[in-house]
Amino acid sequence: MADHGSNSRVLGGPAGWISILLPLSLFLWFLQFLPAIAAGEVLVWQIDWVPSLGVSLGILLDGLSLTFALLITGIGALVTLFSSSYLGGHIHYTRFVIYLLAFMTGMLGLVLSDNLLALFVFWEVTTVSSYLLIGFDADLAKARRDALQALLVTGIGGLAFLAGIVLIGIASGGFSIAAIEGSLADHPLYLPIFLLVVAGAFTKSAQVPFHFWLPNAMSAPTPVSAYLHSATMVKGGVYLLARLNPSLGGTDIWFWTLVVFGGVTAVFASVLAIRQTDIKQVLAYTTLMALGTLVMFIGVGSDYAIEAAMAFLMVHSFYKAALFLMIGIVDHGTGTRDATVLRGLGRAMPFTMLAAVLAALSMAGLPPMFGFVGKEFLYKAALGAPAMLWVTGCIFVASALMFAAGGIVAFRPFTGNLAKTPVTPHDGPWPMLVGPILLGLFGLAFGLMPDWAEPLVRPSTAAVLGRDAEVDLYLFKEVNAAFLLSLATFAVGFVIYLIHPLLRVGLARVPPLFDPGWNRGMDGVAAGTHGLTALIQTGRLRRYIFVTFMTLAFALGAAIWRADLTPEIPALEDLRVKHWAVLIFILAGALLTAFTNSRMTAVAALGVVGIGVALVFIIFGAPDVAITQLLVEVLQVVLVAVAMLKLPNLNPEYIRTIRGWDLALAVTLGVMTTVILLAVMTVPLDLRLTEFFEVTSVPEAFGRNIVNVILVDFRALDTFGEIAVIAVAGLGAYALLRGTRRPNP
Amino acid sequence: MTSLIVRAATRLLVGLLLMFSIWMLLRGHNDPGGGFIGGLIGATGFILYAIAHGSKAAREALRLDPQTIAVSGLAVAFLAGLAGLIPGDAIFTGQWLFLGATEGDKGLPLSTILVFDLGVYLVVLGAVLTLVFALEEEI
Repeated sequence: MADHGSNSRVLGGPAGWISILLPLSLFLWFLQFLPAIAAGEVLVWQIDWVPSLGVSLGILLDGLSLTFALLITGIGALVTLFSSSYLGGHIHYTRFVIYLLAFMTGMLGLVLSDNLLALFVFWEVTTVSSYLLIGFDADLAKARRDALQALLVTGIGGLAFLAGIVLIGIASGGFSIAAIEGSLADHPLYLPIFLLVVAGAFTKSAQVPFHFWLPNAMSAPTPVSAYLHSATMVKGGVYLLARLNPSLGGTDIWFWTLVVFGGVTAVFASVLAIRQTDIKQVLAYTTLMALGTLVMFIGVGSDYAIEAAMAFLMVHSFYKAALFLMIGIVDHGTGTRDATVLRGLGRAMPFTMLAAVLAALSMAGLPPMFGFVGKEFLYKAALGAPAMLWVTGCIFVASALMFAAGGIVAFRPFTGNLAKTPVTPHDGPWPMLVGPILLGLFGLAFGLMPDWAEPLVRPSTAAVLGRDAEVDLYLFKEVNAAFLLSLATFAVGFVIYLIHPLLRVGLARVPPLFDPGWNRGMDGVAAGTHGLTALIQTGRLRRYIFVTFMTLAFALGAAIWRADLTPEIPALEDLRVKHWAVLIFILAGALLTAFTNSRMTAVAALGVVGIGVALVFIIFGAPDVAITQLLVEVLQVVLVAVAMLKLPNLNPEYIRTIRGWDLALAVTLGVMTTVILLAVMTVPLDLRLTEFFEVTSVPEAFGRNIVNVILVDFRALDTFGEIAVIAVAGLGAYALLRGTRRPNP
Repeated sequence: MTSLIVRAATRLLVGLLLMFSIWMLLRGHNDPGGGFIGGLIGATGFILYAIAHGSKAAREALRLDPQTIAVSGLAVAFLAGLAGLIPGDAIFTGQWLFLGATEGDKGLPLSTILVFDLGVYLVVLGAVLTLVFALEEEI
């Protein structure tokens, strides 16, 4: 894993100091708002960002965003402290710090934004920085592949979310979250909004069937897993659902979608957690379980459910970050993360064991830890939920398996007889130990004094509900159904722990489904792209031109059909002799071009057509256009003739095979263009612009040639754009021709 | 192409074409013509020269690289547009100066419009010649 090189610099040098001090000071800064927020205040700041698009950098600080901000900065400081020792000697440590701080910025922006568009930008910042962090060990193919997978899954979800945001903007008349009034449930756009937002939230928070990227994201260095993939980024989707609960929640589809997908994710993930042998993977799946639980309870939406979800959010952040960091120390101190190998480390790594046990007790939901409080409230809310059996059943199974997983990760490796590991077991240095121990102690302290969590849980519950709610957290009050369920959980969990080696072997026989499915999907996309490229990028100029003009012909045909145009056939008797002469001239040139077997004849005949068109311009009084047309035509003939001197003669056999196609294309395009032009004639010409230029050309621009006056004066900016295109085209052609030059001309 | 007739005729024609192109440029504001047409005619002159004497000789006659001409034309047009800002008008607003204007005679009209059109002329001349010379040398 990563780099275990010795670290000569104190706390990773300047980059490390910055990375630790920045989140720490932000944490302290956010802490000062706690009294105001706890008293029920909601702070809003507005700074214009892109006023023309209605994007403002509004900051919304309420209970929900403050809870997240404190978790992001607080755990962020502990994780960066850990990293300064864990990765401080890594050759790309500074790069790592930059990625991590970028991520932290994105995450903070995400939870603090009041404007949905700004929120989306930060949402994408977390996606991209997460990509960079998962692929930090970029020389490993697996890390690159997993990073790309996470990027694609969350990125596609992000696009769906963006579409949802746009619809919310249409439905509510603005992008400010605070300004969405009431519920959107009765709006005609509710269903598409709901589906798009949920797609974004479910991919980000790794709900089944989009869960597979999260365990793979464990390719990231362990502090990243601790930070992004347990405590912060993956909670982005949960945050979004919680944040939009007042506007989108409360409907049947909201309830059932969140409760069913959340429940399935929780149970499915906790079963798969037992299957893993890598203790980091065990933790990855328990993270999925926690995310599923949070989604399910936001779906339930009752006062108790939201209160339980907000408490569990804090519980989970504490113990999960602690356990991941603990695993980092174990990995660092023994050289392995294999649950079947690690035994008896307690004597060699006492401080790590302390952190592990504290965190695991909370994860198992044992009293007097904060995890027990969280689980009690989950049960209490589940027992009062509408789909009581389903919610309670899901949370029971998941909690029991969580209990067992806690034992696998944090109990078994430290007890029993010391087994042989790649590195002689030793405890980590203090910067690595501070984080997990502190977070473990938090779990204990908040468990003994649940009141401490109330200043955060109460306002965040209110923020999610959209109204005030009574919140009273306690460790133990009376023997009730929830308490009895807890006892049953411990019993079942203990049994599962005892038989988990058997379960693991049994579950390992079930082949994985989703990840190979992803691979097949990606292969399919690659094959499809390959086929499409082979179809349209043949390398033959003929084919390109054919496809381009065929597309044009179809587009014209579709336009004619859609607009229901009826071309007006002009009266032929109006044509005079000179008109007929030019017409025959052009027709003769066109026919000769089409039917000659000589390239040079074809080019010259095409020139005849062009000159015929120039004659048309002269007849109808546009000398400027006629001169230009004539010159361009002459130049074109000269240019093509120069090019053709070196081309071989046309092969008559080949011409015969393609002539039919070319004829069909030419006739189709010609007919379409003619119909469009005739149809245009039926619309009365608006002469206001012509009159304007006729009147103003001489007095205002001192010129009698209106065409030129328009070009160089009235619309000089357009002309400037056009000549820029001409210059670039010339340079581009030069570069292309020079680029294909053979080495020895 | 080394035909004596072409080479002899070119000697006359090139000069005529270049003078004609400048005349077209200058008259453009009131009569058919302008920078675009002028540039194309000027380019025809040099192309004729290149056909008769080879593109190397044509490049020498041109003295400047055609790419340079095209890009400096763009710069000239842009500067002419910027000049509109000096009296406080919008960018690309034409500015006029009538030298020696009296009652009844407007004198010699000078304008940023003409400078702009000169820029168009240079861009068209440069871009077309860039393309043609590159084609001829490539083939």
